[in-house]
Amino acid sequence: MPIDMSDKTILKIEDLHLNFPIYQGAVHAINGVSLYVDEGEIVGIVGESGSAKSVTAMAALRLLPKGSFRLTNGNITMLGHDILKISEAEMNSLRGNQVAMIFQEPQTALNPTKTIGKQMFKVIQLHTGKKRKEARNLALCLLQDMRINDAEEILQRYPFELSGGMRQRILIGLAFACSPRLLVADEPTTALDVTVQRQVLQLMRAKARKTSTAILFISHDLALVSQFCDRIYVMYAGSIVEEGPTKLVLSAPAHPYTQALVRALPESSTKGQRLESIPGTVPKLTIKQEACSFRERCDHAHDLCVKIPSLVMSGVKTQKAACWLLEKVR
Amino acid sequence: MNEPVIELCEVELKFPVGADWRGRPKAYAHALNGLNLRIENGETIGVVGESGCGKSTLAMILLGLVQPTNGKVMRQVESASAMQIVFQDPQSSLNTRMPIWRIITEPIFARTKRSKHQLRTKAAELAKKVGLRPEVLDRFPHEFSGGQRQRIAIARALSSDPKIIVLDEPTSALDISVQAQILNLLDDLKQQQGLTYIFISHDISVIRHMCDRVVVMYLGQIVEIGRCEAVLDNPRHPYTKLLLESVPKMQQAGDLDASLENTELPSNRNLPLGCFFQERCSLADEACSQLQTMQDGVRCNKFSK
Repeated sequence: MPIDMSDKTILKIEDLHLNFPIYQGAVHAINGVSLYVDEGEIVGIVGESGSAKSVTAMAALRLLPKGSFRLTNGNITMLGHDILKISEAEMNSLRGNQVAMIFQEPQTALNPTKTIGKQMFKVIQLHTGKKRKEARNLALCLLQDMRINDAEEILQRYPFELSGGMRQRILIGLAFACSPRLLVADEPTTALDVTVQRQVLQLMRAKARKTSTAILFISHDLALVSQFCDRIYVMYAGSIVEEGPTKLVLSAPAHPYTQALVRALPESSTKGQRLESIPGTVPKLTIKQEACSFRERCDHAHDLCVKIPSLVMSGVKTQKAACWLLEKVR
Repeated sequence: MNEPVIELCEVELKFPVGADWRGRPKAYAHALNGLNLRIENGETIGVVGESGCGKSTLAMILLGLVQPTNGKVMRQVESASAMQIVFQDPQSSLNTRMPIWRIITEPIFARTKRSKHQLRTKAAELAKKVGLRPEVLDRFPHEFSGGQRQRIAIARALSSDPKIIVLDEPTSALDISVQAQILNLLDDLKQQQGLTYIFISHDISVIRHMCDRVVVMYLGQIVEIGRCEAVLDNPRHPYTKLLLESVPKMQQAGDLDASLENTELPSNRNLPLGCFFQERCSLADEACSQLQTMQDGVRCNKFSK
């Protein structure tokens, strides 16, 4: 297999356009998304529900059901493979070995009728070809890395006997079983409490840094992303509106949407004051966007906004935003 | 001090778990363990804690949906319709087969006899109050976005002219921009109608924004209670501290590298002896093997005088 090890880019998506055909036409879910993840980097995708955060990740791993979607444009390259061209067998060997995914709900990701041990051994044996005993040792090792104290005993338990935080830790441990080079985490802590959330994230980050695994972290929680990620992409209605280093994007957002989002957080207003909300709702995705998708909710909308803006440098370092305001400044 | 509208006195609640061959319960899940709480007229009281700490059970007790095993609940409201609840998920708390006007007026429809015309007028009035256009009244819940559905749920709660509304995670299922709209709406309604809110949430920043007083719960007990700013800015109980430190904040980055704590909540089947938090507490010593009492708003021997 042609794996280009010299290339530091693990995942690269270029101008992806994807829609889901429905009876009335199509839902234009992804409208021109370009992103990349470098080796060992933690990259966040933030956005509200319906902004196609998860669909982008699913498309990158080719997890969307066949025939349910139409890819009208774009390229996805992962570890030197063209994801859209390679066969299902090649894709399968990529998933699990090189790329792992963690889902939101740890309850549904584990089989309720099998013990944790059985599930872990099966995955490890399938992907590494290890014998059962070696697989067991590796499983124990992974669980201990995730700070699970009585790992031996946990292997014999069923998922329902464990708490949500414990289950998620097991899944993260399992995701690292084949030392993947990219980990896609789709809202991994949304179902967990804040205390557990912090622990899970700490473990995930420590493990990723140790093995120099890149993480593509999908979340709707700005505060969480601000602590966890090196670089973020802000998505709105199926396109990326802003990208850049986390600190920069969240402290000095360039796009009106990101600005409004940060202002709408309860912690950015003083008590008793009204929160600044974004008027209106997300545009219907059944209609193909020919204008800036945020135009109708934007305070700064002007006549240029009837055309789709492209990502341009905001002037500060590597921060980019898709807004006509920035073009005007230049 | 204001009039109390609800007072809880040493409320305990346990649920039987499993049964032996004669139908006797094998064990009990201790949901609430001695709760004393005084809710005053016109205040917004926040309830925070991890899942499984009894926040929602507290809501059920307050509404009278379950009766406490021990202890007393005293309500200073005339009828049950003076209390209402708004649930977390507007998707599942609205009947999908009812048009909006029926959903909104369901609480009065169930209790009083009114004509369809009266109900519709009432529904239109309430819809206007929560910022819904009157022409939506004949639509069904699936035609609305999450934020609008939560507005409908709030309109429904308002229909029986309640004094007290229990808000059980009202914005957890919503996006940030919509959350701001709903919080503003709740604030406006409170000002207009002098409502008392019991605001249950796991989101500290929302609690900080909305509440006058805050209650921190751990394993069915109140571990700390006090003015919102006092508790959230200067937490005294070790659990409150842990909880507040864990909340991700925008301004400060990188404390993810800090040391790891034990985050397993002890089981509520067999209650720990002594302080409930001692297993996870960094300050635990011999004095903590005694049952802790509430003093000066904190349930911890290290901080009460």
